[in-house]
Amino acid sequence: MPRKGRPRLAVWKFASCDGCQLTLLDCEDDLLPVAAAIEIANFREASRAVVEGPYDLSLVEGSITTAEDARRIREVRAQSRTLVTIGACATAGGIQALRNFQDVEEFRRVVYARPEYIATLATSTAIRDHVPVDFELRGCPISKHQLLEVITAFLDERVPEVSTESVCIECKRRGNVCVLVAHGTPCLGPVTQAGCGAICPAFHRGCYGCFGPMDTPNATSLIPRLEELGMDRGGVERVFRTFNAAAPAFRAASDSVKEKPVAP
Amino acid sequence: MDELSVGSKRILEREDFPRLLAALTAAGYRVVGPTVRDGAIVYGDIRTEEDLPIGWTDRQEAGTYRLERRNDTALFGFNVGPHSWKKYLFPPRERLWTATRVGSSFDVAVEEDTGPPMAFLGLRACELAGLDVTDRVFDGRVRDPGYHARRARTLLIAVQCGQAGGTCFCVSMGTGPGVTRGYDLALTEIVGPPHHYFLVGVGSPTGASVLRGVPLSPATERETGAAETLLAKTAASMGRSLNTEGIHDLLLTNMEHPRWEIVARRCLSCTNCTMVCPTCFCHTTEEVPELSGDRVERWRRWDSCFNLEFTQLHTSNVRKSPLSRYRQWLTHKLASWYDQFDTSGCIGCGRCITWCPVGIDLTEEVAAIRSTVAASPAVGGHR
Repeated sequence: MPRKGRPRLAVWKFASCDGCQLTLLDCEDDLLPVAAAIEIANFREASRAVVEGPYDLSLVEGSITTAEDARRIREVRAQSRTLVTIGACATAGGIQALRNFQDVEEFRRVVYARPEYIATLATSTAIRDHVPVDFELRGCPISKHQLLEVITAFLDERVPEVSTESVCIECKRRGNVCVLVAHGTPCLGPVTQAGCGAICPAFHRGCYGCFGPMDTPNATSLIPRLEELGMDRGGVERVFRTFNAAAPAFRAASDSVKEKPVAP
Repeated sequence: MDELSVGSKRILEREDFPRLLAALTAAGYRVVGPTVRDGAIVYGDIRTEEDLPIGWTDRQEAGTYRLERRNDTALFGFNVGPHSWKKYLFPPRERLWTATRVGSSFDVAVEEDTGPPMAFLGLRACELAGLDVTDRVFDGRVRDPGYHARRARTLLIAVQCGQAGGTCFCVSMGTGPGVTRGYDLALTEIVGPPHHYFLVGVGSPTGASVLRGVPLSPATERETGAAETLLAKTAASMGRSLNTEGIHDLLLTNMEHPRWEIVARRCLSCTNCTMVCPTCFCHTTEEVPELSGDRVERWRRWDSCFNLEFTQLHTSNVRKSPLSRYRQWLTHKLASWYDQFDTSGCIGCGRCITWCPVGIDLTEEVAAIRSTVAASPAVGGHR
């Protein structure tokens, strides 16, 4: 059936770098078909002209780091028929979730000349911790291809084809040589969700875990292998504490090396 | 010298090897074979002999692969790498058809395979056996049009292994190291010194015809004997072994064995073993619609029984635990494959052992199960 009408799209920003919403502008040849199929009603990164809500589809970038944002996301949810979170910040708290492991009060005192001006929460949290989310799109940044798939799936009223499998399968489909097995390079590919197209291994680098944990990650088995390949405990802790540090499986992985007693 | 025919054996001098490549190119073949890339020997296009891994070898162990220099100039002095020939016959991603909206209906354009015929240069005995397995999957009772078209036009030039790799166990699986059938040409490289040459065996009339114009000389008894000696040495130096006696019943009657729990703790469900396996054929199809909704493409891509989504039904997954996924893979590969295709799914190439990031070794897993079972079932053969 041909589609009816032209649904309204809104793009929202919370604590984030804007890279994920820029992916929409980066759609190049696909941007005009997107604009033809969906009315870009509220996208401040692209235009100051804002059409009032409610909206059929909201793309939400960023994490919740202030009380004001915790209130604002409920407003966004209230005026969105479908709400999709985009990127590591929105789906896992982002790099700024490193604060979750530290004392934010101390940061405030040390970093800012007038700490009393800073109103912030002790944690950076994912959008789903605050409001119901219809779909989460992973990545730091998200993949343009997956974003288009999410929009197309929304238009066709179906579930997006976004796999939760490991980076390894993408790497192998691409014909890459495994950097872990053939070069001895520590790599998070086996525990990380696919979607990036295995970019880093294609350039002889280990995976950094930008897309967060795959569906059944076994970090407990991978960590001793990373250590065998020369990563010390601090290195393992750091590699799991990047853009998806607060994703539960990665958090458990970094906590597990932290808690281990140091060998004599 | 007699006319070349099936069963003929000839000598191709090392310095005349480029003439074989030239003959293949002249006959219209796209030659693909082993080449060094990114620290491994993979399969890619071979335009000149310089593209081959001359003087390279590989050292393999569970979870480890290293490319190393040889102290000679062998062209095929290595074992199998992370790629297998399935990538050419059953590509990782393949568009099957495109549907376009026409008024209130739609047209479907099926993808036609229009590539040139390929010559696989350097198939090992285990890999030839692997083709026999995938033929039963894609070109048997069910015929996959793309696989069938590509396979029918592919020339198979085998190379007998002059050495065994650290994770090889073709002898256990009865698939090597000697090439016995299913090839167009079979080469055995004798590096010397002093004499560097190839013993060429003709396996088909097509194989004989591509050799026309390639300078060959008759094979003496000494030269064929040297090839046999080399093969025997390879057979005696396998890095791994697998006792296949009664393996079908051994595995299928031990589905609740505690060993599954132990291996599942190590298994990453990352799919690497199935991606590198020459016979793993699982795939999924996906519709890729255009934003306009007026055109949709159907793509097929490699999938794996280790993926949670692989068994996603409308409400749930059949194999939620990594234990159930590893067990499904191993029991299918080594046991229920016999029921389905009348052959083992394993060819003993060792790729799944080498390319597992944590070095899980199926020969070790089967041995562990066997060791706790008092006596293997008293039935002949694999069953």
